[in-house]
Amino acid sequence: MSLAEFFVRHRNEILQSTGEHVWLVGAAMLLAIAIGVPLGIVVARRPWLSKPILGTANVAETIPSLALFGFLLPVPWLGDRADRLAIVALTLYALLPIIRNTSAGITGVDAAVREAARGMGMTDRQILWKVELPLSIPTVIAGVRIATVLTIGIATIAAAVGAGGLGEFIFRGLAMVNNQLILAGAVPAALLALAADFMLGVLERRLRPAGLTAH
Amino acid sequence: MSPHADSDPIIEFRNVSYQIRDAKGQTANLLDGVSFTVLRGETLVLLGRSGAGKTTALKLINRLLDPTEGDVRVEGKTTREWDPIALRRHIGYVIQETGLFPHYTVAKNVALIPRLERWPEDRTENRVNELLALVGLEPQHFRGRYPHQLSGGQRQRVGVARALAADPPILLMDEPFGALDPLTRGEIRHEFQALKLNLGRTIVIVTHDINEALLLSTRIGLVDAGRLIGTFSPEEFMRSKEPSAAPYIEQLRELERAGGTHESG
Repeated sequence: MSLAEFFVRHRNEILQSTGEHVWLVGAAMLLAIAIGVPLGIVVARRPWLSKPILGTANVAETIPSLALFGFLLPVPWLGDRADRLAIVALTLYALLPIIRNTSAGITGVDAAVREAARGMGMTDRQILWKVELPLSIPTVIAGVRIATVLTIGIATIAAAVGAGGLGEFIFRGLAMVNNQLILAGAVPAALLALAADFMLGVLERRLRPAGLTAH
Repeated sequence: MSPHADSDPIIEFRNVSYQIRDAKGQTANLLDGVSFTVLRGETLVLLGRSGAGKTTALKLINRLLDPTEGDVRVEGKTTREWDPIALRRHIGYVIQETGLFPHYTVAKNVALIPRLERWPEDRTENRVNELLALVGLEPQHFRGRYPHQLSGGQRQRVGVARALAADPPILLMDEPFGALDPLTRGEIRHEFQALKLNLGRTIVIVTHDINEALLLSTRIGLVDAGRLIGTFSPEEFMRSKEPSAAPYIEQLRELERAGGTHESG
């Protein structure tokens, strides 16, 4: 049986696993953005908090993903549902690039622009919402893009704790020494990563504030 | 004292020092015991070398910095007593690098303070057009452009228009023409003088350029190494025997000898 035939025959299972994969990654990304962007603002605004926050996010990033899923398994509430656990673990992985890029976007705002804003009597909140965040949008989205591609890859490990997703095929294929099964998980995961990268790239250009020269 | 000025002190420095502490814990005085008064309607030019403390003095007026010692008073109140936002909205601020918002059009940049102050929209629009015309930028042509589409001189004009938008009684300008090429600089300086911005307005300008100081000032404050050497009318400055004034006067003489006409001529 050729690979193409295999894909056609198992299209329903592949589609379902892809759906699970998108759900895990999508939920994790929304959480990571909701947590990471405010933390990035804090890191940029309060340098003394930048070490503890970035340090913690860094540590999460360095834990091997299989081990992290394992560590979280005995945690109450988290361990109750595999997808819940997987989403939390993926969120931890996605945080670092988002925090770092948000903070870099804000601290990268031209010092003269910030000085003029302050000197003209804008409040800190006005400077954040009208100047710093709009000017940081391209950098923040670049961070989301990196985090998404990373998370799509790591989410294949989630199958090890029973959270489903395209990793199911990969683990089954490994166990049965069946390359077609492995590819049935790996190829859609790779395509998903490429598609997400492309779409977020488009979004990055679309949301770039007018007046900022593209580079 | 200039003929426009009445005796109302608008800005007052009383024995002001500003210290910074570097990474090694050493302190350095950027300003050291500076006292002076700016009267209503005066244009005081703070003249000095880079690092003399001119910009620090300017930032103490709109409370971007707080003095380490002494008091800075604006309209009779110390800057610490002022609400910093209210104080800054009361003072126009122009800096060398302009600090225009790159994601705002020219019109939106100029309209910034009126919008924050919630002016009615038609009043804001009229004010934007009026100011762009005043600084020599045809409103219909320039309103919709972004800062990166302007030349350095045009950006600086927008910066001036933005600072004047809410008609502040005080205007601070930090090397406002410093980043421009000499020709543009000369032109915009003359236009600026012709604008008569100082009708009733109190202006403090920081520069290292003696031509600019003579052209724009009603009084010159000479700053050197964190100290105010003295304040002079332009005529007094040229006759001054003050050693720190000598290099500037010498520079002007050289320009004249070279056949250049200095612009106060």
